[in-house]
Amino acid sequence: MSSSTSTSSRSTEPRRDTTDSKDAPLLEVRGLHVEFHTREGVAKAVNGVDYSVRAGETLAILGESGSGKSVSAQAVMGILDSPPAKITGGEIVFKGRDLLTLGSEERRKIRGAQMAMVFQDALSSLNPVHTVGMQLGEMYRVHKGLNRKDAKAKAIEMMDRVRIPAAAQRVGDYPHQFSGGMRQRIMIAMALALEPDLIIADEPTTALDVTVQAQVMDLLAELQAEYHMGLILITHDLGVVADVADKIAVMYAGRIVETAPVHELYANPAHPYTRGLLDSIPRLDQKGQELYAIKGLPPNLLRIPPGCAFNPRCPRAQDICRTTVPPLFEVTDDEGVPAPGRASACHFWKETLHD
Amino acid sequence: MGRYVLRRLLQMIPVFIGTTFLIFVMVHALGDPVNALFGDKAPDPAVAAQIRAQYNLNDPLWLQYVKYMGNLFRWDFGNTFSGQTVTSLLATAYPATLKLTAVAFTIEVVFGISFGLISGLRRGGVADNSVLILTLVVISIPTFVTGYVLQYLVGVKWGILPATAGDPLTLQSLLLPGIVLASVSLAYVARLTRTTVAENSKADYVRTATAKGLPRRRVVINHLLRNSLIPVVTFLGTDLGALMGGALVTERIFNIHGVGFYLYQGIVRQNSNTVVGFVTILVIVFLAANLLVDLLYAVLDPRIRYA
Repeated sequence: MSSSTSTSSRSTEPRRDTTDSKDAPLLEVRGLHVEFHTREGVAKAVNGVDYSVRAGETLAILGESGSGKSVSAQAVMGILDSPPAKITGGEIVFKGRDLLTLGSEERRKIRGAQMAMVFQDALSSLNPVHTVGMQLGEMYRVHKGLNRKDAKAKAIEMMDRVRIPAAAQRVGDYPHQFSGGMRQRIMIAMALALEPDLIIADEPTTALDVTVQAQVMDLLAELQAEYHMGLILITHDLGVVADVADKIAVMYAGRIVETAPVHELYANPAHPYTRGLLDSIPRLDQKGQELYAIKGLPPNLLRIPPGCAFNPRCPRAQDICRTTVPPLFEVTDDEGVPAPGRASACHFWKETLHD
Repeated sequence: MGRYVLRRLLQMIPVFIGTTFLIFVMVHALGDPVNALFGDKAPDPAVAAQIRAQYNLNDPLWLQYVKYMGNLFRWDFGNTFSGQTVTSLLATAYPATLKLTAVAFTIEVVFGISFGLISGLRRGGVADNSVLILTLVVISIPTFVTGYVLQYLVGVKWGILPATAGDPLTLQSLLLPGIVLASVSLAYVARLTRTTVAENSKADYVRTATAKGLPRRRVVINHLLRNSLIPVVTFLGTDLGALMGGALVTERIFNIHGVGFYLYQGIVRQNSNTVVGFVTILVIVFLAANLLVDLLYAVLDPRIRYA
């Protein structure tokens, strides 16, 4: 009982903090390294990733599968399967505390209550043998110590919140009895149940129909604004990002290769990989032409190429790219004035910017 | 659901007739029961003829079967050659076997699932490897060997538990035979649980449960184990019938006068009434256990709905 009251008081306090001191980010990831120890060797999934999210802000992390975007998010949540995964370096500072220094019980209490995650495939991510009401109510029962009846009432309230029709009648239904969009709403309701400060959405709309995708994204954005939460949106879909994100971090082979405010990235990417991604979006004015594709495949994480990991696929690659790993360069405009929030890990970011 | 149960009950009728007829035929194929009755001596032709008439042995086989089944529905299983009614044998044998089965089944469920869960959660660890090796050993050794060895060691040499289970059957005396009877099934349950637990521990909903900040215990029991038990329950259900039939060897070793004990005597003496009677009840137990499992399946997995 005492533990549940302390968690609830803790969850309301820092919210005041973040509005008071606007400068302190809600979450700051610094130099995160994650490795997977497999039979074939060590797969370096995340190799020194930095990013930060403020309350009310949306950060989109963009990348292909295997780029380390989900792994870094799972590291933040503390749900990596270890072994084989192992965090080998870095800090994850959440509301002023480095999560990597906390004990497992302290981290558990943060999970779900202060930071929550929405997964890609709601059908497999919800437990098939429990009712959605039970799975939602579980949040209140475990974290708040509510009894079965009150937890159920809260579950119905949350289902209403994410606009599931006839919530009171459907609370006893099982996940397979809902449509894909409704299931994802339940996932969102579950993540938002305890009004966390941070939501990590890992490809929340990938498994959905296009028409439903927009609805779910709008709902997520709306609730985020309402609760003033930080949102990390992990996706490979540039279309999803454009409307909702404030800033974008593009990941490749376990590193962030470009960060930028969303509209600037679309207008003028500073990394050849980002440019390649943007060019591979089908466009109406190029109807009938062959679709652009970045040649080659993402690197094997067991054998990341030396230098810039993107060099074997890069149209701009020079000798330096094959030997020297480019740091994240600050991007400036033509007059040398730094563009706020912009950085590119490309030796030739200037040339790329002017393409 | 009601319609499904009704349909399943109706399906049982042909299965019941088919199996009992097969048993009937097979028992009669063993040889002439009258000759067997007299052992090595040649029977007096007049006495033999009288017995044949009394037990309808002169009728064609199908007619014997029909007459037998007719009696069965009046709860008349016939008499043994020694004059006892088979029903009275059933009444003494089944309670004993049921007790033994209950003990064995409990051991099988509790230890099988626990071992499987522990080893499935820590795959590749010391506990996992021990469980794998031990279960392999248990599966490879025939029950009568495990039975006699344990009886000698635990019951006779160390005297920890009673070596035989006499009358009346106590829980303590049933413990050793229960372990022997359960051992092979327990090994299978442990291995099956291990596999499904290991498989499901990578499932997305388990990751979700962890991400919700649930305590590890709750993640494992409410989410992981609950899903992993679905195939295990199927096995347990069919095994319930197999345990009762399989008690044949165990009951002989530990001198328990149960189904196996009487069935064995019936077979040795070619007493068709005893054999067919006991097996008929076993068939019913099998069918009922199977139906129960299928119904339980729908309870455990809400995605399955019978119409």
